[in-house]
Amino acid sequence: MSAVVKRFPLRLDTHGGRIDMTHGSGGRAMAQLIDELFVKHLDNALLRQANDQAAFDVTAGRMVMSVDGHVISPLFFPGGDIGSLSVHGTINDVAMSGAIPRYLSAGFILEEGFPLADLDRIVASMGKAANAAGVPVVTGDTKVVEKGKGDGVFITTTGIGVVPEGVRISGDQARPGDQILLSGSIGDHGVAIMSSRENLEFETSIESDSASLHRLVEKMVACAPSIHCLRDPTRGGVATTLNELAMQSQVGMRLTESEIPVKPAVASACELLGLDPLYVANEGKLICICSKQDAEQLLPVMRDDPLGRESRIIGEVVEDPHHFVQMETLFGGSRVVDWLSGEQLPRIC
Amino acid sequence: MKYVDEFRQHKLAKRLSAAIKDESDPSRNYNLMEFCGGHTHAIFRYGVQDLMPDNVKFVHGPGCPVCVLPIGRIDEAIHLVEAEDVILCTYGDLLRVPASGRNSLIKVKAAGGDVRMVYSTQDALRIARENPDREVVFLAIGFETTTPPSAVAIQQANAAGLKNFSLFCNHVLTPAAIQNILESPEVREIGSVSIDGFFGPSHVSSIIGSRPYEFFAEEFQRPVVIAGFEPLDVMQSALMLIRQLNEGRYEVENEYTRVVSREGNQKAQQRVADVFELRRSFEWRGLGTVPYSALKIKKMYQLFDAEKRFTLPVSQAKDVKGCECPSILRGAKRPTDCKLFGTVCTPENPMGSCMVSSEGACAAYWSYGRFRQPVQQSA
Repeated sequence: MSAVVKRFPLRLDTHGGRIDMTHGSGGRAMAQLIDELFVKHLDNALLRQANDQAAFDVTAGRMVMSVDGHVISPLFFPGGDIGSLSVHGTINDVAMSGAIPRYLSAGFILEEGFPLADLDRIVASMGKAANAAGVPVVTGDTKVVEKGKGDGVFITTTGIGVVPEGVRISGDQARPGDQILLSGSIGDHGVAIMSSRENLEFETSIESDSASLHRLVEKMVACAPSIHCLRDPTRGGVATTLNELAMQSQVGMRLTESEIPVKPAVASACELLGLDPLYVANEGKLICICSKQDAEQLLPVMRDDPLGRESRIIGEVVEDPHHFVQMETLFGGSRVVDWLSGEQLPRIC
Repeated sequence: MKYVDEFRQHKLAKRLSAAIKDESDPSRNYNLMEFCGGHTHAIFRYGVQDLMPDNVKFVHGPGCPVCVLPIGRIDEAIHLVEAEDVILCTYGDLLRVPASGRNSLIKVKAAGGDVRMVYSTQDALRIARENPDREVVFLAIGFETTTPPSAVAIQQANAAGLKNFSLFCNHVLTPAAIQNILESPEVREIGSVSIDGFFGPSHVSSIIGSRPYEFFAEEFQRPVVIAGFEPLDVMQSALMLIRQLNEGRYEVENEYTRVVSREGNQKAQQRVADVFELRRSFEWRGLGTVPYSALKIKKMYQLFDAEKRFTLPVSQAKDVKGCECPSILRGAKRPTDCKLFGTVCTPENPMGSCMVSSEGACAAYWSYGRFRQPVQQSA
């Protein structure tokens, strides 16, 4: 007769349970939370080793590393949640160097009283996103803060990746004459978040575009290793991202408004709220700057990928000592597309 | 976007641009003041100036509600938060407007003050219902467009017996401001500012109608065309103004007939008349003290009047030295004439109110208009 003593006699209550201070204490409650929630959803060989760090072999060549904190409100929104977003966001930051993302880490700051059911849903969504992307979460950390000292859950993820040989993508590489490519319609994420905010009562069918772009990038880099710049236009939108690149590369840019795709529902929501889609956040789009020849080759490759179906050339890089981004408006005039000033909407990622 | 894109069509814009060129007399200038910040914003955002001949110039007026609010009123709002510990609800633009001592509502919020950004007066009422133990003040600003919702909020609070809600009224009146500009010595006597005609407000006129402008069109012999906020509306209205000027007419014409009638929205006017009455005078940034140019809450609703409910200190605040907002608001100077513009005063660090709101002339110049390069015309 052998009675196997279960490590945790009572299962973690992921229906009615809540985070309490013991879940961050380092004791048995925390071990159970890790076991029955985090490892359950994020499971992989490295995580299962249960060390304070993940150990793995590295290949030769250049590596990149990126970190991203996620404080989005609300935690669940049309098209995603803080869990999937924390995976996509960091994978994209790594991928925008042309690198192939390899591993992720995840740090959780949980607020006392946070429902375990919500945490379960969030971590399950993270696991699903990491699995689909083929980039495992191999190490993590959990801290609990007293009620009122956090806002449910904050997630910080770090990613590392390996850059293929010969690829030197960087924000300072844009040159006059280069083409500016955009992988699809803008503003979806920001509008999806706004529509789910409590104090903004409007309904829309728009979902966040939150997605991992690394496979699209992999194909692009394979087709044109000499791409100059890649960046995902998240906070501050396309306008701010292009201003960053113009400043880093010491160039100007000229855009054609008619080439920038905006979904009608996004355009309407922005019109109603007095926002400009150019400044609204995206989580599954990229901007690519490259030579004319590369642009011609890249467009069909991008359009062949589900995440780049609507790719377009939206403008070109010009010489400009002021590093302005200017745009020929739909209406036929021209204007400066400036940096975002102030805050259009706080806590969107 | 249905019903919007139609008013932003490039083809029609080109046609109108040609018509304006044909109609305008090259031997004279046409200085057209757009009163509203909404027009200023449209002109810059769509690059309308590029489609106008050189002798047709837009003069930017004071119709930006955030811009004309004097520093002292912001100081008083800050006092309500800091000394009276109220929850202050207001529209987003106002948060960054500089108060005296380099303060602002956003800084007060960061320091722990309970300042909340709302999208409508209804949000403020909800906050009051949810916080019965706190005083909730709605910082109300704006021209005739935003006044009816304030009136409704006060009536609703009254009907519901909401005892912790009050409104800090800063509602101002458009016709009084236009008249003040036309009566200013710069325009009348010295002639240093030349304003040949006006684009009449669009949203404001949807409430008050086109009739209130008839008096000063006649009195000051300046044509007024009520114009919609879309870029094609602005161009069509410019053409109508130019025609009037060429023919020596000074009438009130209505380009924005799809919304504005001569009598306006009488239901809204009635609500406003129920709750508000004229203030004997009100201080405007840029225009100074203007008689009968603002509203206050009637006695029967004084329970909901923050100015009655709390003791407000008399603020002696002055604008930042060198800031040309006052002249810019009167159309006497352009943003680029100001020494602070783009040097110490930028949207990130506004010294004057015109740099704060997207409807402010300085912010529009800065965000959209700096070093404009003409678009190459396709043959």
